[in-house]
Amino acid sequence: MSGNEAIAMAAYEAGVTVASGYPGTPSTEIMENLSKYEGVYTEWAPNEKVGLEVAIGASFAGARAFATMKHVGVNVAADPLFTVSYTGVRGGLVVLTADDPEMHSSQNEQDNRNYAYAAKLPMLEPSEPAEAKELLKDAFELSEKFDTPVLFRITTRVAHVKGVLSKGDMRKSSAVCGIEKAPAKIVMLPGNARNRRKIVEERMAQLTEVAESDTFNKVEPGDTKRGFITGGVAYLYVKEAFPEATVLKLGMSWPLPEKKIKAFAASVDELFVVEELDPFLEHHIKAMGVECHGKDLIPNQGELNTSIVRTAIDPDSAPVLFAPAELPMRPPNMCAGCPHRGVFYNLSKMKDIFVSGDIGCYTLGFLPPLSAMDSCVCMGASVTIAHGMAKALGDEGKGRLVSVIGDSTFVHTGINGLINSVYNDSRTVLVILDNRITAMTGQQNNPASGCNIKGEAANAIDLEALCRAVGVKHVETVNPHDIAECKKALQTALALDEMAVVISRAPCVLLPEIKNAPHNPYSTKTENCAGCMACVKLGCPAISWTNITSQEAVAKGYKEKQKGFAVINEVQCNGCGQCAALCKFEAINRKGE
Amino acid sequence: MAATGNILFSGVGGQGILLASEVTAYALLAAGYDAKKSEVHGMAQRGGSVTAQLRYGDKVYSPLIEPGKADILISFEMMEAARYLPYLHQESKVIVNTQQIKPPSVAMGQVPYPANVLDAVSSLGIQVVSVDAFDIARDAGEVKAANIVMVGAMSAFLPMGVEVYENIINTRIPERFREVNMKAFAAGRKITA
Repeated sequence: MSGNEAIAMAAYEAGVTVASGYPGTPSTEIMENLSKYEGVYTEWAPNEKVGLEVAIGASFAGARAFATMKHVGVNVAADPLFTVSYTGVRGGLVVLTADDPEMHSSQNEQDNRNYAYAAKLPMLEPSEPAEAKELLKDAFELSEKFDTPVLFRITTRVAHVKGVLSKGDMRKSSAVCGIEKAPAKIVMLPGNARNRRKIVEERMAQLTEVAESDTFNKVEPGDTKRGFITGGVAYLYVKEAFPEATVLKLGMSWPLPEKKIKAFAASVDELFVVEELDPFLEHHIKAMGVECHGKDLIPNQGELNTSIVRTAIDPDSAPVLFAPAELPMRPPNMCAGCPHRGVFYNLSKMKDIFVSGDIGCYTLGFLPPLSAMDSCVCMGASVTIAHGMAKALGDEGKGRLVSVIGDSTFVHTGINGLINSVYNDSRTVLVILDNRITAMTGQQNNPASGCNIKGEAANAIDLEALCRAVGVKHVETVNPHDIAECKKALQTALALDEMAVVISRAPCVLLPEIKNAPHNPYSTKTENCAGCMACVKLGCPAISWTNITSQEAVAKGYKEKQKGFAVINEVQCNGCGQCAALCKFEAINRKGE
Repeated sequence: MAATGNILFSGVGGQGILLASEVTAYALLAAGYDAKKSEVHGMAQRGGSVTAQLRYGDKVYSPLIEPGKADILISFEMMEAARYLPYLHQESKVIVNTQQIKPPSVAMGQVPYPANVLDAVSSLGIQVVSVDAFDIARDAGEVKAANIVMVGAMSAFLPMGVEVYENIINTRIPERFREVNMKAFAAGRKITA
């Protein structure tokens, strides 16, 4: 069972009845799995702030509630997070942050242990799936016992690691659902908030006592020449690299047990703090006046592993390895038949435009040969960055600024940006790449897709009506597979002297109904191919180019200067037709045409 | 049961690498080992390089294989076998599907598909088994079963008997694919057994 499956099962066994999240690698599968359990209400939220607020509401009504997100999602949810620290909870409330050291699928590498410190919240941190399952259940008990939300931090190598574990006992909240008014506790106007502020500090002092006990933070005795303080997945690397050493394993990353740490430090000859990313533990341990090694040896960027930990501490143990081979890179690519390709192909052909991008599959439009994206910061930022550039550039930016955003990301935080653009008289073009799904994380439904988390029919947002309602006068919907139509729509929108929206609508090819539908693939008549490479420039994985020498060209009946020809892989092709529209030599046809 | 081992699966998104590693992991668990598996998600579905790491033994801590410590490298695409040379040691077994999937720079004709990738590996003195898994799977009735052909080929290097795998195929794979997968496994096994 994976860490994410284990966490879903633990949430069920902990008696969670309301859970909300926004998909984000490596957190996505938690909600997907939790939605399969009976008796748990689950939903995909349009963004993490909304998801957390829904969970807070459920907790206020007495239910055990759970909110899941990836590390950068906590930035979006930070506003309610810092205040729910003051209000406390009624039903247990756990907020899960899935951090992504090494940025396997993320735009930055933040260490969300810092949120526990900043928001004055306890944080629990497992190192493997089986531990995650037990620790999550403890987190709900801790939440109710100390009237606090609990932060639960996992990393990629907990979320996507599969280990062996068993079903456990079910636990229930002592809270009963119902409306209970407690204005002094949960109406956070300044007078009440000032009172709660004191309680937050008292609570942290009590939680420090919990941290001092063996419940979450345990000493594993061993050789005292070297002592290690560690937590999360780094604990596993320490155990494997230095099996003989004594270890203080911190399952609670915040608050820290000062007495326990000082006693442990005094019991060993040399103290090492091993942690991924920031020197979070190290700084707090040094602030206690305890000497230790930490980031002077251990890297502060990227994932750790056993080898990195071992050689950082014992440089002589570095093994001699076979040298890597020089190979072409294999970056991810938009799928064969991806509708986004039609938009990016057109954008790549437009001179002097700036394309402000966003987070999703379509971020891959940045890669060659399309190379049609010029910035990408965070979810929802495409719209606002283009608007900011327009204001800075004035007339120079006219007809040149395009932002692209997916349907899910538009609903996430793009709508606010569009409202701002209309209100502040933007002259940019927003392209909503509506493929009816949240595709990058593995096809999760969203408020625009017409289905809920379980795949049942749901109310769908009308994107055209929404754009018009916020004041956009020019809204045009196009089929991105029709390259010429798409080009015309973009040109028309760019020529306008007002905010314009182009909705590019065609379903994601990974949706089961598209993927499993019978395809009518294209094939190449290579003798017609003139070698112009127009189709190759789409970057479709089903199209490949074969180089030929001038002698081979003549032998095959081509002109001597032809450099090669294109071939379509009919197994991969799903018949979108974008390439056929670009071929001027009738070398690309459907079977039987 | 002192044996411990590290298996590195490599290939391209969409080749069924995660299922292959899953079947192998269940086989190891059925044989009484502790096992831990780590996967790459997210971007990997879009035709990028994919790896899965499987470690087994009495007690496994780290989910990640150390460089120089992979006992078996099983690659579902030819070039992807050569991408992980620093993970190998002199006694490693390398099992390679001879299928070639062109990455974008090759498909666009900018660089050639690297020639003699397997020679480069065997020139290091490492044992390489090449498997025409695509053709074998087609003969078995379904090209998508190439991943199970590879699992079959690898099974001869692992401590479990054929019946353990058959049991897993019977219980973990949907009924309509079972027969094809049984055939694919047996055909793969024949290459190395």
